[in-house]
Amino acid sequence: MNRDWQQTSGTVADALRIERVAKRFGAFTALDGVSLSVKKGEFLCLLGPSGCGKTTLLRIIAGLEAASDGALFMTAGESERNVTRLPASQRDYGIVFQSYALFPNLTVAQNIAYGLKGRREDKALRVTELLALIGLPGAGSKYPAQLSGGQQQRIALARALATSPSLLLLDEPLSALDARVREHLRREIKALQQKLGVTTIMVTHDQEEALTMADRVVVMNHGVVEQIGTPEDIYARPASRFVAGFVGQSNWLAATSAGVGQVLLGDALLGATVTPPRPDGHPLELFIRPEDVQLHANWSPAEAQVANTALAHVRKIELLGGFYRIALSVPGWGSQPLLADVSRGEFERLNLSPERLVPVSLPANRLRAFVPAGAASAGATA
Amino acid sequence: MIALRARARARIAPERSQYAAAGLLWALAAALVVFLALPLAAILGKALSGDDGHFAGLAQFVAIAGGERFWSAVSNSLAVSVTTTLIVLPLAYVFAAALTRTRMPAKPLFRALALIPLLAPSLLPGIALVYLFGNQGVLKGWFPDGSIYGFSGIVIAEVFFTFPHALMILVTALSVADARLYEAATALGAGRIRRFLTVTLPAARYGLISSALVVFTLVIVDFGAPKVIGGQYNVLAVEAYKQVIGQQNFPKGAVIGVLLLLPAVLGFVIDHLLQKRQRALLTARAQPLVVKPNVWVDGLGVLACTLIGAAMLLILGTAVAAAFIKLWPYNLTPTLAHFDFDNMDGGGWAAFFNSVKLALATALFGTLTVFGGAYLAEKTPVAPVARQLVRMLAILPMAVPGLVLGLGYIFFFNDPANPLHFLYGSMTVLVLCSIAHFYTTANLTATTALKQLDAEFEAVAASLKVPFWTTLWRVTLPVCLPAMLDIARFYFVSAMCTVSAVIFLYTPDTVLASVAVLNMDDAGDTAAAAAMATLIVAVSALVCLVFSLTAWWLGRKTQAWRTR
Ligand SMILES: Nc1ncnc2c1ncn2[C@@H]1O[C@H](COP(=O)(O)OP(=O)(O)OP(=O)(O)O)[C@@H](O)[C@H]1O
Ligand SMILES: [Mg+2]
Repeated sequence: MNRDWQQTSGTVADALRIERVAKRFGAFTALDGVSLSVKKGEFLCLLGPSGCGKTTLLRIIAGLEAASDGALFMTAGESERNVTRLPASQRDYGIVFQSYALFPNLTVAQNIAYGLKGRREDKALRVTELLALIGLPGAGSKYPAQLSGGQQQRIALARALATSPSLLLLDEPLSALDARVREHLRREIKALQQKLGVTTIMVTHDQEEALTMADRVVVMNHGVVEQIGTPEDIYARPASRFVAGFVGQSNWLAATSAGVGQVLLGDALLGATVTPPRPDGHPLELFIRPEDVQLHANWSPAEAQVANTALAHVRKIELLGGFYRIALSVPGWGSQPLLADVSRGEFERLNLSPERLVPVSLPANRLRAFVPAGAASAGATA
Repeated sequence: MIALRARARARIAPERSQYAAAGLLWALAAALVVFLALPLAAILGKALSGDDGHFAGLAQFVAIAGGERFWSAVSNSLAVSVTTTLIVLPLAYVFAAALTRTRMPAKPLFRALALIPLLAPSLLPGIALVYLFGNQGVLKGWFPDGSIYGFSGIVIAEVFFTFPHALMILVTALSVADARLYEAATALGAGRIRRFLTVTLPAARYGLISSALVVFTLVIVDFGAPKVIGGQYNVLAVEAYKQVIGQQNFPKGAVIGVLLLLPAVLGFVIDHLLQKRQRALLTARAQPLVVKPNVWVDGLGVLACTLIGAAMLLILGTAVAAAFIKLWPYNLTPTLAHFDFDNMDGGGWAAFFNSVKLALATALFGTLTVFGGAYLAEKTPVAPVARQLVRMLAILPMAVPGLVLGLGYIFFFNDPANPLHFLYGSMTVLVLCSIAHFYTTANLTATTALKQLDAEFEAVAASLKVPFWTTLWRVTLPVCLPAMLDIARFYFVSAMCTVSAVIFLYTPDTVLASVAVLNMDDAGDTAAAAAMATLIVAVSALVCLVFSLTAWWLGRKTQAWRTR
């Protein structure tokens, strides 16, 4: 505890600290020792597949569910207090549920003012202010059923923000909306959050949402935290096979370890980042994003010198809007399927066609090796 | 021990406002135990005790099983119940099919006609049958030599009485239909009959079984109709009544009560199991069936519904007419003389006003209790043991016939050793008994309405630091207002019509209208009985009308948010 305090003092204080929180439903473990801290003003996303315990964690933070083990600390003003056993009403947060839970028989204004106390005029003023903030001025006298899904979502947000809570909790706030509205609201929520500087925790199973909105992402799986990091960290430097597979597109190639920073792929030795290091001959899975796979226009001596380069057969070319996805197989690397994404300009320069052989290289700093997925953490691959 | 401590540590301190909720929940759980579970325990205790009051095991059962009289009552009860079920089911099915699967005109009218029997005590059809086919009946030739008194009379009266119950279940079962199944069957070349046998019937199967169980149970435990029109034909329910009221033989009455509990509990359990299966029947992707007009089918529907509705009207109309006619069938001049209850045995006008009082009190306190209980059980996280207890006890009355409950009450409250003995014979105990008697249906309505509310309302309120009663008052109650009106109407009409439970509990001061009907009929004042029964129907109908108008008016005033 002392150590934590020293780490954070002086710079930004933690708004919320979660220590080894566990949750068991009977014999089932929904959360297994989750620890993380949220900085003041930060936008944190809890990302993970369905059933991994995101909502459970959020409800424990909200005091709607009791942790079976562990502790929660919230910072109020200068001091940090243990809120593990405090009821919801004694924690300081606003919450937006997936269903919005707007009171159907109250007008928009009454909904927003629901948690406000004090004089009527002050409340009305605050409601007007919030309606302007969420871009729905004049909607105050309508009923929730008269609004679109996106508008209802923003009303729920305004209601949660009305009492100026120090923490905002969002449980899949956008999942009930169609794609276009969702994208628009993503930006709006993010802008609003930055403007107000309110510490925010959002649950989502949509990786794109997490990567575009969050300052930091917490990737969860089966009740444990797999990785905490910036979107860039999560995407470019996944800490586990699960994270690598869950976020973004990926290639997976079976290989074995062969010395420090080297792997054996087919008959070739390749340089790769192996985390954690493994003894020689240990089976590994190589991971690389399709856009990190480099294709070369011709096989000149210069290219041949580049590490991790070989000749590949072009199997298939697909146009996916802004870029081409090329399916390759490299005889020298065991002929495993390999996908490469190239931009349209690059594609023209490469002059690719299905009959041709093309030199391909896998940059060692982008090529990461993981221990193959056990039964426990079977991740989705591209 | 360790697990216990771990759980205590894992708990979140309740909000201060939640202590009130926990207190109320425990109070309600205690009330349900005292006014439902203990009386039922009392009836079991009584059934297992000898004439001297000491424990006697199954001796009473053995003694009763040795009697000729008992077995004839059993076989009579079974015969009446099975016959009624076999007659009601096809009639109700045809009626329900006409309401749901045709485009016949005047559906609301037919529906209203079919629900008329719900407004009357089960004594009314018996009285009407006396006037139609009895010794002085206009159509006595149809049942020569007074053969209406007995099996036929009971069956006809019970058909009238149970018809709407079967109809409501079947309408629900038939209104959920997956159009895709019919399209598939038609595409595969199935004809009308084939489609009926392969699609309609299997889908309605559970509804049919369920309504058969309900009808069977209603009939076997009803004693209103057999009492009036049964003559010498002895059935179990009447036998229990005679043992307790006539001969003061409580243990014998208790034994029959326990035996009557069996079919009810059995039916309840079967129905419960079936409902679990029924859920899977209608998948989320089912397409609602759009019925196309068809002159022949719609015409047949109108014909069938008219015939059935006319029979209903005939029975009701006979009772009403008899109430206003001087001396049926010899002197048909209209008169109000039969309403001069104060100059007759049976309780007088006081009985009528007692009934209205009982119905009002039951509607008011019943609705508050049921809704409050359902709310606390559904929407608060506190007192899990009390919540579970309330949920379990709430479904119990469904399996307990009024006759059995009334017996339980008399055994429990009539015991001088009981500290609640002072309630015995009071209006309060009648109200409590009526609330308990109809608890399940009312609770189901409340729970269904509450379940439709977003489960997160309370969580949102807690995050906004608003105590639960504010949300209850500002959101939950207004949204559930229509359901509450429904519950109040149901309680009022049920309390107005009920005979079975209260017959054991009234005193000369608290005699009720339905009881007066029975007593006046017993005393030979059949016309006065018809008059009182007519009054009950009139008040029930009036109250239904008032409730409908109130609901409509409130709907316009406070439910504006429902319209988009
Ligand atoms: N009250 C409960 N009783 C038993 N198990 C529960 C309960 N609540 C949640 N669980 C289980 O805990 C696990 C995590 O649930 P949770 O709702 O946190 O998942 P999630 O990550 O939010 O998933 P989703 O993306 O589907 O919302 C699930 O397997 C769920 O079945
Ligand atoms: Mg969830």
